[in-house]
Amino acid sequence: MVGNIAPLAFGLAVIGSAIGVGLVVGKTIESVARQPELQSRLQTLMWIGVALTEALCFIAIGVAFIPFPA
Amino acid sequence: MSQQEITLILNAVLALGQVVSANSGGFQGPSIDDFFPASVLFAGTPFALDRVLLVRLFGTAVIIAILWIGSTRLKVVPTRAQAAWEFLMDMPRQGIVYDTLGKKDGDRFMPILLTMFFGTLAWNLTGTIPGLQIASTGLIGQALLMAAIAYVTFIYAGIRKHGTGHFFKNTLWLPGVPIAIKPVIALLEFLSTFIVRPVTLTLRLTMNMVAGHMLLALCFLATNFFFFSVLGNGNALGFLGIGTFAFGIAFTVLELFIGVLQAYIFAILSAIYIQMALADEH
Repeated sequence: MVGNIAPLAFGLAVIGSAIGVGLVVGKTIESVARQPELQSRLQTLMWIGVALTEALCFIAIGVAFIPFPA
Repeated sequence: MSQQEITLILNAVLALGQVVSANSGGFQGPSIDDFFPASVLFAGTPFALDRVLLVRLFGTAVIIAILWIGSTRLKVVPTRAQAAWEFLMDMPRQGIVYDTLGKKDGDRFMPILLTMFFGTLAWNLTGTIPGLQIASTGLIGQALLMAAIAYVTFIYAGIRKHGTGHFFKNTLWLPGVPIAIKPVIALLEFLSTFIVRPVTLTLRLTMNMVAGHMLLALCFLATNFFFFSVLGNGNALGFLGIGTFAFGIAFTVLELFIGVLQAYIFAILSAIYIQMALADEH
């Protein structure tokens, strides 16, 4: 069998980001349900949180392109 | 589930594998080469245009035409079309610009943010339009250029408001952190603000579009393969094509949604970065 295990490693890395994004968005929905008048502020914070959490999975994509010495 | 049923399903899976491998010459999955087709115009010059770039030009022309026609025929009493157009313009203005930046700063940065939004929207949606079927934001240069514009804009906004030294102090030298670990935090903040931000803006857009194209192309190529190669050879497993076709339709709808969502995320993150650069000392 010939192949590349990079996608597998990326899949593992994405598990973390996925859980993180889920937590961030879920908590934001909870907070908005409690205090609907804060929605726009909370959404801004949510996007910052999502961007930071998602960054990890993009770093994982980037790692595949780093020319490590064999 | 009884033993028999499990055996039956296992056999079906094995048979499917055999069909695919028996026709392995026939099934060609999508590849990244879809984004790099042969040039069709001006080949060999630096201005070589391939299919993806033509699609990009087409998307640009369409969005310019829509915005142009909409904005040159404004009347005080809106017609039905104008009301729809105003709704289309007002949603991103309110949701992206005013909600994050407020009215005063929002008006200053509205042109660049809305240009980013509508541009990204047009280039993303070409990925689902039949006949075009490629999102030109899937080429990294496009996303990289727009991320660079966002990067320059938020640094410019911060430096203009606070002055160079103050801006970097605000961003890196956070108050309320124990002095001993302040340099470490400053390094982390530098990484996250000036390196990770533009990189993630670029990769988020590009990778979403590339992955979306792969998903759609895989579904429809598999449908084609099942119907014309497998079913055409008289193998009943070809009816699996109905399933892949249904998934293709479902993913097309998903891609429409993702195209709009990614344009929204790109614009709102740029707006938030500008807002963070403009924010006063905490």
